[in-house]
This record gives sequence, structure tokens and C-alpha cells, in this order.
Amino acid sequence: MKAYVHITLKDGVLDPQGKTIAHALSALGFDGIQDVRQGKYIELDLIATDREEARNSVDQMCRKLLSNTVIENYTIKIE
Amino acid sequence: MKTAVIIFPAANCDRDMIVALEKITGHKPHIIWHQDQDIPAVDLIALPGGFSFGDYLRCGAMAARAPVMKKVIDHANRGGRVIGICNGFQVLTESGLLPGALMRNESLKFICKPVKLRVENNDTAFTNCYDKKQVITIPVAHHDGNYFADDDTISTLEDEARIIFRYVNDNGEATTAANPNGSRHNIAGIVNRRRNILGMMPHPERLIDSAQGGTDGLDFFRSMITAIG
Repeated sequence: MKAYVHITLKDGVLDPQGKTIAHALSALGFDGIQDVRQGKYIELDLIATDREEARNSVDQMCRKLLSNTVIENYTIKIE
Repeated sequence: MKTAVIIFPAANCDRDMIVALEKITGHKPHIIWHQDQDIPAVDLIALPGGFSFGDYLRCGAMAARAPVMKKVIDHANRGGRVIGICNGFQVLTESGLLPGALMRNESLKFICKPVKLRVENNDTAFTNCYDKKQVITIPVAHHDGNYFADDDTISTLEDEARIIFRYVNDNGEATTAANPNGSRHNIAGIVNRRRNILGMMPHPERLIDSAQGGTDGLDFFRSMITAIG
């Protein structure tokens, strides 16, 4: 079973890297960008066979290490 | 004052901290490897600067979960003093011992230069040898020193006088231009509510001898001797 974790900065948390990416894209001629927020993507290969069990386990991983909930949100997809 | 310095892989200010503590206390600190399970009974634990675990995932994230940190947390919960400088500050926020988080500098650049700090509160074990509102010069060297916390946390830190150092200009004013990294409220260093844990981005251990270009960091260490003995 695979878990896909997206980690993004919370609203209101300044993202200077996202801003710089937006500027660089504009400089390359890509118009119409209102905002860019960058984050992290983590893939986990799990032995678990039960979806709920896997989700709970990855949720704990996100809380304890993968994300910093002071500044970040996360979403988990299990397949 | 008995001291210990915790060493994580890719720490690089551990030696400066060891030299500073030995100079001030007259005794070599205990040097504790991150996988050690025990820390001898000490009055102060120092988490030095560096790039522990290569700053993987987030600065300080891996170090904050190293086995030795359980003992650091036990020590802090007993009221023992803990200081975290630079990467050590990041480890303290990642481990939950201090609130907030240290994010990428607003400029995205690594900053390495002396900065002016104002001592906001000299009624702590870490600042009692400074005058209140004294402006000191201490170097910073970091890529991720941009202190962030939500509005409620910032208000609490302000109300409880837990912001210990703020970035200021030559006139001692906490202006946007004097803020090297984008930290909220120009925050350079804070303490926990119990005031036994301090985290700061600047490096007082780098200015303890005139051969280093200044001694503004000496009173930081002298304060701890005054408080602890």
C-alpha cells in the first residue's frame, strides 16, 4: 500500500520561496500568476493492508515528524 | 556550574560553545553524542549551532527526535537550564520546548554578519549581567532564522516579556530595515514560560574574547554563572 503526503504552508505563513518562484516564472514570460505556494511531497511504501490503519499510522507520522503543525498543513492519500 | 554540550551530526559550533563554557566555568563541559542515552547531572545543557542532519526535512527536525532529546526534555521539565543557539534554537522549537518555528530567511539568502541586538528583558538567568535595553553586537550565521508564530503566541510572548533579544538598528530601534531575516516583531531570542529554556539565532559564543573582535557575548555566559553559581 502506498501513502502520498502533501505538506503545504498554512495560510498566513509567509512563503518567500513561493514568491521568488512566482517572480522567476513572470520573468520567463508566464503571465497570469496570482500566487505561488511551494511545499513538500513524500511517498511512503507501507506493509499495512488495512486502509484505515495505514491512514492512522501516516497521520501519526505527519504529526510527529513529517510536518511541523505550527506552520504546515498536510493531506494524506492512500492507494 | 556544571554543563553539557549535545553534539548532533553536522553540528559546527559545538567547539566554540565548549571553549566558551570552559573559559567561563573553568571546567570542560560534558560532551554528549546524540545517540547517548544518558546525560550526567548538570545545571546547563547547550544545543550548539550547525546544520544537524544536513537540515533534512526541516532545520532541527531530525535532531529534535534524536534519542538524547528525551533526556534534554526531562532535564528541562525538572527546571534545568537549556540554551539553544542557532540550529539549537531550531531544535528547541521542533521539539516543542519553545513555541513557534524558524523559517527560511525572507531574503532567501544565507546571512553571516554581526547584528545589533537589544536586551529586552534582563531579569533572566541568561541576561542578568546586561542592562535592560542595552544594545549589543552579536554575529548571526543562518539560512533559516525567520521566527514565526501565530498572533496569539506572539501576543503571549510580548505580554509575558519572553522576547529576550530583538534585532535593532544602531539607535536601538526595532525597525524593518534592522531585521535581517524577516522574524516577526524582530525576534532574535525567546524563553519558555518557566524561563529556564532560551533559544536565540545569534551566536554569543563567537564573541567572548577580544581576539574574536569583541566580547559582547561574555555577559550572556556570566549571567548564567550569576544565576546558577
